[in-house]
Amino acid sequence: MELTLWTYEGPPHVGAMRIATAMEGVHFVLHAPQGDTYADLLFTMIERLQKRPPVTYTTFQARDLGADTAALFQDAARDAFHRFQPQLLMVGASCTAELIQDDPGGLARALDLPVPVVALELPSYQKKENWGAAETFYRLVRATAQPRPAPRPAGTPPSCNVLGPTALGFRHRDDVREITALLERMGIAVNVTAPLGATPADLARLGAADFNVLLYPEIAGTAAAWLGRTFGQKATKTVPIGVAATRDFVAEVAALAGVDPAPVLSAETSRLSWYSRSVDSNYLTGKRVFVFGDATHAVAAARVASGELGFTVVGIGTYSREFARDVREAAKLYEVEALITEDYLAVEAAVAAAQPDLVLGTQMERHIAKRLGIPCAVISAPVHVQDYPARYSPQMGFEGANVLFDTWVHPLMMGLEEHLVSMFRDDFEFHAEAAPSHLGPVVQPPSDAAPVAETVGRARWAAEAEAELGRIPFFVRGKARRNTERFAEERGVSLISLETLYDAKAHFGR
Amino acid sequence: MSSLANLSATQAAVGCDEFPLIRERGQREVFCGLTGIIWLHRKIQDAFFLVVGSRTCAHLLQSAAGVMIFAEPRFATAIIGERDLAGLADCNDELDRVVSRLLERRPDIRLLFLVGSCPSEVIKLDLSRAASRLSQRFAPGVRVLSYSGSGIETTFTQGEDACLASLVPTLPEETADAAPALLIAGAIAEVVEDQFRRIFDALGVGPVHFLPPRRSTAMPPVGRNTRYALAQPYLADTARALEARGATRIAAPFPLGAEGTTLWLRAIADAWNVDAARFRSVTDLAGERARRALGRQRTLLAGKRVFFFPDSQLEIPLARFLSRELGMELGEVGTPYLHRQHLAEELALLPPGTQLSEGQHVERQLDRCRAMRPDVTVCGLGLANPLEADGLTTKWSIELLFTPIQGYEQAADLAELFARPLVRRLRLEA
Ligand code: SF4
Ligand code: SF4
Repeated sequence: MELTLWTYEGPPHVGAMRIATAMEGVHFVLHAPQGDTYADLLFTMIERLQKRPPVTYTTFQARDLGADTAALFQDAARDAFHRFQPQLLMVGASCTAELIQDDPGGLARALDLPVPVVALELPSYQKKENWGAAETFYRLVRATAQPRPAPRPAGTPPSCNVLGPTALGFRHRDDVREITALLERMGIAVNVTAPLGATPADLARLGAADFNVLLYPEIAGTAAAWLGRTFGQKATKTVPIGVAATRDFVAEVAALAGVDPAPVLSAETSRLSWYSRSVDSNYLTGKRVFVFGDATHAVAAARVASGELGFTVVGIGTYSREFARDVREAAKLYEVEALITEDYLAVEAAVAAAQPDLVLGTQMERHIAKRLGIPCAVISAPVHVQDYPARYSPQMGFEGANVLFDTWVHPLMMGLEEHLVSMFRDDFEFHAEAAPSHLGPVVQPPSDAAPVAETVGRARWAAEAEAELGRIPFFVRGKARRNTERFAEERGVSLISLETLYDAKAHFGR
Repeated sequence: MSSLANLSATQAAVGCDEFPLIRERGQREVFCGLTGIIWLHRKIQDAFFLVVGSRTCAHLLQSAAGVMIFAEPRFATAIIGERDLAGLADCNDELDRVVSRLLERRPDIRLLFLVGSCPSEVIKLDLSRAASRLSQRFAPGVRVLSYSGSGIETTFTQGEDACLASLVPTLPEETADAAPALLIAGAIAEVVEDQFRRIFDALGVGPVHFLPPRRSTAMPPVGRNTRYALAQPYLADTARALEARGATRIAAPFPLGAEGTTLWLRAIADAWNVDAARFRSVTDLAGERARRALGRQRTLLAGKRVFFFPDSQLEIPLARFLSRELGMELGEVGTPYLHRQHLAEELALLPPGTQLSEGQHVERQLDRCRAMRPDVTVCGLGLANPLEADGLTTKWSIELLFTPIQGYEQAADLAELFARPLVRRLRLEA
């Protein structure tokens, strides 16, 4: 038993849902109790998808346990098939159903549906979300992918698959657009992008590509390895986050595709490189940065922070145990000890001990940093609604590097401003604790003993009403106070009672 | 078609109330009772909720809590691992270890709930025995209780019911000769509690206690002279437990809206023989103010049709409020569970012929909702955006649990929750 306050990853069936939701033409029947349907909100509220995830939950209850949960599963699967008409049915069990051992795969196959059924084994008590996504994608690819029917005809452009983007990923949608455009400029065709936007029929065509672009190893690593073994497709190893990694990626892809990287490499770069060399960026030098995330994003972010922004990496870690080795290797470059943990309190302690100027982390670290008063930018899942910006905002490729510059540098003090602060160190406005001016005024926590205004002509507050006012959330309290006083003045009320407060509230509505 | 399809929808009437009722079985799109922890841990301020469950349970709590990440929340999950399942580790020893570690970290905790989940129930981990074992070990500083918030036993708000029901047997015994006391059962916002307390004081009703209390060290007494009123409609087990302790229920509609609040207060006042004049002098002003405030929302909401997906069990009282005080039309009123006895006074006020549904088959209900195209659809977080994308206006039901909505001063706020999505849609040009 393991005591957990917050988790970096959901259970493996949530990983399977991320694959199903990313794809078209599949449906996932999950043997699970009703509460597990919370997972839908991850997609509809956090990612703001307009469609429900293609998932049917059997929602068995205690009274079904003694009876026939297997029949319930079969009914649900049959109904889901008829209603949604998928090209492929995925079936699996959540943590509770795993314990009752109904064998969703066998039950679904017994229905003799006219489409392929992929049965997922998702050991909830050992594995987690990213593993579940990787396993699911691998199972789907294995079940569907066919070898290339004939060698690529001479004269046709080389082609690749783009593997790994899912639903609920950190900027996956925008990364795919950025990298697809980059590949096109290199003269390389994208055969299939998967799982995001792919149908089972698309997966069947995976074998027709010359090689694979592996964007998210946590999710598509297993499938890419199988495609390598089975169809001899090589896969990229560089994840194109940052200018240097993007250039490496271009070179690696060019080699795999047999094209010349020079045109793209000489024509393209990112503003990051110049901005980072501009004099104003001098102040970025040696800023201490703590990096935590999934392994891919953490390793990439550390490289950009150190090599492209001139920061000093004072800590690096990951919650992806499966990829701990990569992070340990990276940590050696910065002469720090890698932090491999899923324990959010351990991460908090490490951040507090390192006292960085900037945290590059997940939504969890954003909360940690906020609490410790340290600037933070999010670089990795787990995500929140802010991680789905309305604007185009990739992390990968040359444009992605521009986004990194903006989002990592923005939380820090601006250069000139920092000089002013140290010059006027003791000035009452320019003290070191002042927040950067471009971030707007800091909300001061209200003092609970706000002095009662004794101005002539102003109504006084009765103690009871004043106490009630104190319980209104601080961000609207000022308005409530002003409105109530105006209300009282207009009516010639000199002592604001509870009744006055609520009369005013009713009067002004909202 | 499948057997499920044939079995799951049956039309029945609610006996003498004569409401058409759709009873369905199928996929339910509702949270489990663990969700109640999100508001209960804010309510009982020295209590800690330890879910004994899986990574799924931890993820549910975190997702339902949304942006509310606290420094160290007063809830956590003891995640059962494969070692526990394989019998390599003794679950009870493991639980004791986790609880000891937790209590060392959090010396401020006075009351610990062990909250059962689907996995803990399926493996038959006896949390009530664990609770009494741990209670003995940590007495007198910490009390340990247990209840189930599992999705196979409880739906959303039923977790609060189970939690409060677990508290009832531990409440201090009221002496046999004690004066009659009022107990208000069901978590409501503190600001609402205080408003009610002032009204009861003015009515001369009292002493008044609230369950749950704000601190575990101030548990309300209960006994034969306790009269209790429900502030929430989903407290079937809590009510049963209170009655087992000798308390008697004051039957009333629920204090939602001006009318609901008046009827609820009236029923309580009647139990204390408060005369009509005094009742009016205490409640008229606030009632009038609430009705005035509702007038504005009524202009907007009257004639609009509302559709309820089953979720919190608040649906029937809300439907009554929306139809009688705001003039809304009721499309379908779904509830996960229809407690006929506790809702008798509510059903009596509901427009005859209102279409009710109990249980859920979410796909079919979505079909009905899309066919009806109501003006406002009340649903859970998983369904809201997809329905909005279809052009339907929605209200998330979970907000009804996180917002103070009971009582006179909140009546307009409650109406506002339904009006705002409509106003928003009217404002948006593109
Ligand atoms: S439904 Fe059961 S398994 Fe799922 S989160 Fe709720 S208690 Fe945990
Ligand atoms: S118990 Fe309920 S359903 Fe039965 S007759 Fe009475 S009111 Fe009607």
